[in-house]
Amino acid sequence: MAEPIYELRGVTKVYDGKTVLDLDELRVEPGEVLALVGPSGAGKSTLLRLLNFLEPPSSGRIRFQGRDFAPGDEVPLALRRRVTTVFQRSILLNRGVWDNVRFGLTLRGKRDSVEEVESALEQVGLGDLRQRRARTLSGGEQQRVALARALVLHPDVLLLDEPTANLDPYNVGLIEGVVRRLHSEEGTTIVVVTHNVFQAKRLAHRVGLILEGRLVEMADTESFFEAPRDPRTRSFVRGEMVY
Amino acid sequence: MGAIGQALSLIVGGDAALGEIVALSLQVSGIALFFATVVGIPLGALMGLTRFAGRRLVIALLYTGMGFPPVVVGLFVYLMLSRSGPLGGLHSSLVPPLFTPAAMILAQTIISFPLVAGFTMAAVMGLDPQLREQIRALGADRWQTTWTLLHEARVGVIVSVIDGFGSIISEVGAVMLVGGNIEHRTRVLTTAIVLETRKGNFDLAVALGVILLGLSFLANLAMLRLQGKAFD
Repeated sequence: MAEPIYELRGVTKVYDGKTVLDLDELRVEPGEVLALVGPSGAGKSTLLRLLNFLEPPSSGRIRFQGRDFAPGDEVPLALRRRVTTVFQRSILLNRGVWDNVRFGLTLRGKRDSVEEVESALEQVGLGDLRQRRARTLSGGEQQRVALARALVLHPDVLLLDEPTANLDPYNVGLIEGVVRRLHSEEGTTIVVVTHNVFQAKRLAHRVGLILEGRLVEMADTESFFEAPRDPRTRSFVRGEMVY
Repeated sequence: MGAIGQALSLIVGGDAALGEIVALSLQVSGIALFFATVVGIPLGALMGLTRFAGRRLVIALLYTGMGFPPVVVGLFVYLMLSRSGPLGGLHSSLVPPLFTPAAMILAQTIISFPLVAGFTMAAVMGLDPQLREQIRALGADRWQTTWTLLHEARVGVIVSVIDGFGSIISEVGAVMLVGGNIEHRTRVLTTAIVLETRKGNFDLAVALGVILLGLSFLANLAMLRLQGKAFD
């Protein structure tokens, strides 16, 4: 088996004395689509922030692409740039759509990027809106711009934090389609956080349940939904309250 | 209308004394604004984007500085630069002597940089807190993040510079004290207005006032042009 792209050991995150994340172990395999489900406030988004190196863990180790990082270790920019996140509530820059999508490439010093930006916009179906100011778009369109500005970077890992919450079915379908294609055509590793178990079922190879900062169960999608080992997983996938 | 007519005839006529005064006003306030911007925008960004021990104290000082009466700043600079003062006593070539444009620039820099820093800080802090994280997630390093946030807050940052300029081009107390309103050397528009009013030359004083307003308006217009579509 290939080396995991992420391997987390004993990772915790503490805010103001409160432990919001406490994981014994978590592995993400290269090229998989991993869904993390759980109620809001369970620590899923915190985990994604750690995976994107937006903040360090309070303790533990994060191994990424063969390199180990402990709290306080500087993660090299080039490595951090192999990962990006699409957030639940994407905030676009106060510029045109085109400049928003090009932004990450500009940060990387790539100036000649017309075709890449064009292709990313086409993929999310916004080719016609490239001239518009980003903030005049509808919520679904803004989220697609956010996806395009991530796609254009061709990341090794794409983290999705509730990317389709509050969107209409058309936009949900479109975004899920783009994610699927990104995975099948570029082999991008995808970690999607969602409270929507159906989305997890549609997209993921493996699903994990996070409750109160802990990983309750992680299994391939079929067994997670059909034969959950943990009673809490069972009640979560049935849509019952877990606490 | 006599005043405006006189103002126009002064401008059109290319009055040499007036040209000198206008040039010195723009020079002193322009250079002071340059220093205030170079100090104020990074300071404002730092205050708005980072948390460190003593930050609240610095903010309190900054807010105090924003409301500081120019004449008190003038007095402070006067005492510092005078021969018996702590800076003037050094007799260093780096310390500008009193009654020179350099001393006026120093005073006006002190007046305007808290305004630039304070409004820049407010502008940056008014951005959505999640924006910063999202910019970083797209691969921005620290400087790129700061630059992008300043760019996103550009309307407020421009206003901070405009306000900094407005506060010093129209300021009279400090330039009067540390400059001395010396003809051909340190006379600027505001001090000339005071002088002409005292002499009873009201038409000339009003004409100078109209020119001051016009200059201020043009400078602000130019700054807005710099930003292009920022205000859309």
